[in-house]
Amino acid sequence: MTPPSEYLIELRNVGKHFGGVVALADVSLHIKQGEIYGLIGPNGAGKTTLFNVVTGLYQLDSGAFDFAGKRYTHCKPHLLAQAGIARTFQNIRLFANMSALENIMVGRHLRTHTGIWGALTRHAAARAEERATVQRARELLDYVGIDRAHQTLAKHLSYGEQRRLEIARALATEPKLLALDEPAAGMNATETVALKALLQKIRASGITVLLIEHDVKLIMGLCDRVAVLDYGKKIAEGVPEEVRRDKAVIAAYLGGEVA
Amino acid sequence: MDILLQQIINGLVQGSVYALVALGYTMVYGILGLINFAHGEVVMIGAMIALTVLKALLAAAFAPVLAVLLSLLAAMAVCMALGYSIERIAYRPLRNAPRLAPLITAIGVSIVLQNLAMMIWGREYHSFPLPFTSVSHQFGGAIVNDVQIGIVIVALVIMLGLMWLVHRTRMGRAMRAVAENPAASVLMGVDNNRVISFTFMLGSALAAIAGFMVSANYGIVHYYMGFMLGLKAFTAAVLGGIGNLRGAMLGGVLLGLIESLGAGYIGDLTGGFLGSNYQDVFAFFVLIAVLIFRPSGLLGEKLAERA
Repeated sequence: MTPPSEYLIELRNVGKHFGGVVALADVSLHIKQGEIYGLIGPNGAGKTTLFNVVTGLYQLDSGAFDFAGKRYTHCKPHLLAQAGIARTFQNIRLFANMSALENIMVGRHLRTHTGIWGALTRHAAARAEERATVQRARELLDYVGIDRAHQTLAKHLSYGEQRRLEIARALATEPKLLALDEPAAGMNATETVALKALLQKIRASGITVLLIEHDVKLIMGLCDRVAVLDYGKKIAEGVPEEVRRDKAVIAAYLGGEVA
Repeated sequence: MDILLQQIINGLVQGSVYALVALGYTMVYGILGLINFAHGEVVMIGAMIALTVLKALLAAAFAPVLAVLLSLLAAMAVCMALGYSIERIAYRPLRNAPRLAPLITAIGVSIVLQNLAMMIWGREYHSFPLPFTSVSHQFGGAIVNDVQIGIVIVALVIMLGLMWLVHRTRMGRAMRAVAENPAASVLMGVDNNRVISFTFMLGSALAAIAGFMVSANYGIVHYYMGFMLGLKAFTAAVLGGIGNLRGAMLGGVLLGLIESLGAGYIGDLTGGFLGSNYQDVFAFFVLIAVLIFRPSGLLGEKLAERA
């Protein structure tokens, strides 16, 4: 056995292709426990593919993927969720016709246990668990700052609220790693500031954050380290200041040698 | 005798059965977008198992109430295993196939089950040995018997229980989550396959109860009984808005009433030209009308999203 690594998540030489299209080529990432790690790159660079690999939605074609010291190279998504990886989506994927509260309660699914017999017999433990689930869901709504009626259907929330609800739902799974796919997309300046504060609060609570974002200001102001993907390859990695000055990055973004 | 009241009572009884079966169709559709055409055969298998077990228990001199209860439980257990197996063997391998493939498979499963039942139980009509007399009661000029009262009450209790299960329990939330967005539910740690299996088993348990009800009500069991009942229940599910639980309940009861009232009055309306043997026609008129004028059903709105 190797000693526990300082990294929460390690991707080694990960490759993923769809037919002839190479979405990820030989990408290695190491994310430390407790950091906010940003993933940037032009559209189609493979950021979301990487997310899907990390959350088990895609099986990788080559390379290895370790999380919290264990190998999860080929693993079903619900087991990765169990292991402590939670995510949000670029295009919001809430349970639209369920209430805000219920959305979070679904997030509690894997940390609760009442089976069908428990529910039918309504014994004390089952009722207590249900109460605790509701309680925790309420706390999380407060935590992410949704102060609407808890029974509001998810589809009736504002866009920014939906994004925060998705975060709350992910937090309900008690993750070690929270992966956020463009959480600031479509948010106005005020909402983005609130989001930044929320992410800092989440990190302070001990959760590692992996962030895909196009809002460069947010990335630079928030992340401890940043990796840049372009055409499925990692072209730069480091603290935000370094990466911003990296020639390959500038070329990838601006398509030339404009400084 | 009050024909109107009598037909309403008959309609409610028949509609309760339709509703229970329709719930099976609608739950599976809601969660997989699949029309499980084998569901009617599950009802039939439930009736057959109940018949066989009930006969055996009565022959072994079990107390009537105990025999009825045990045969019903046996039918539910067998149907749950059957529903689980159908999903596992016939549908799961086709989860990502084009939608026509599982639909055709469903029809195939239906034919297999029918023929299997024919081989086991034969082609003849079996009489269902209800171990007590179902007393008839006068009720405002109409007649209603114990079995019919029992059917309506049991169906009502089951439907309320189901609503509670789906809306107030952890498993029910998982079911709705998978139906709403399977990609998101799996990332919340929900084991989608388990939830889907559970849904099939739940629907099949309801089918078994419905099979027992029909058999007890008409006193006859036959290997072909699931076909028409299945089609009717499917119609009820479409009428209410397929994928919608309340819709299946409403659709079932409405269809029962429409059929019953139609059959009761068709003779008068056509001057005796058409008789109550045209009863089945009403169900399918309803199906056609719904598909033309309101394809999403009375309470449905999901169809457009899914297509």
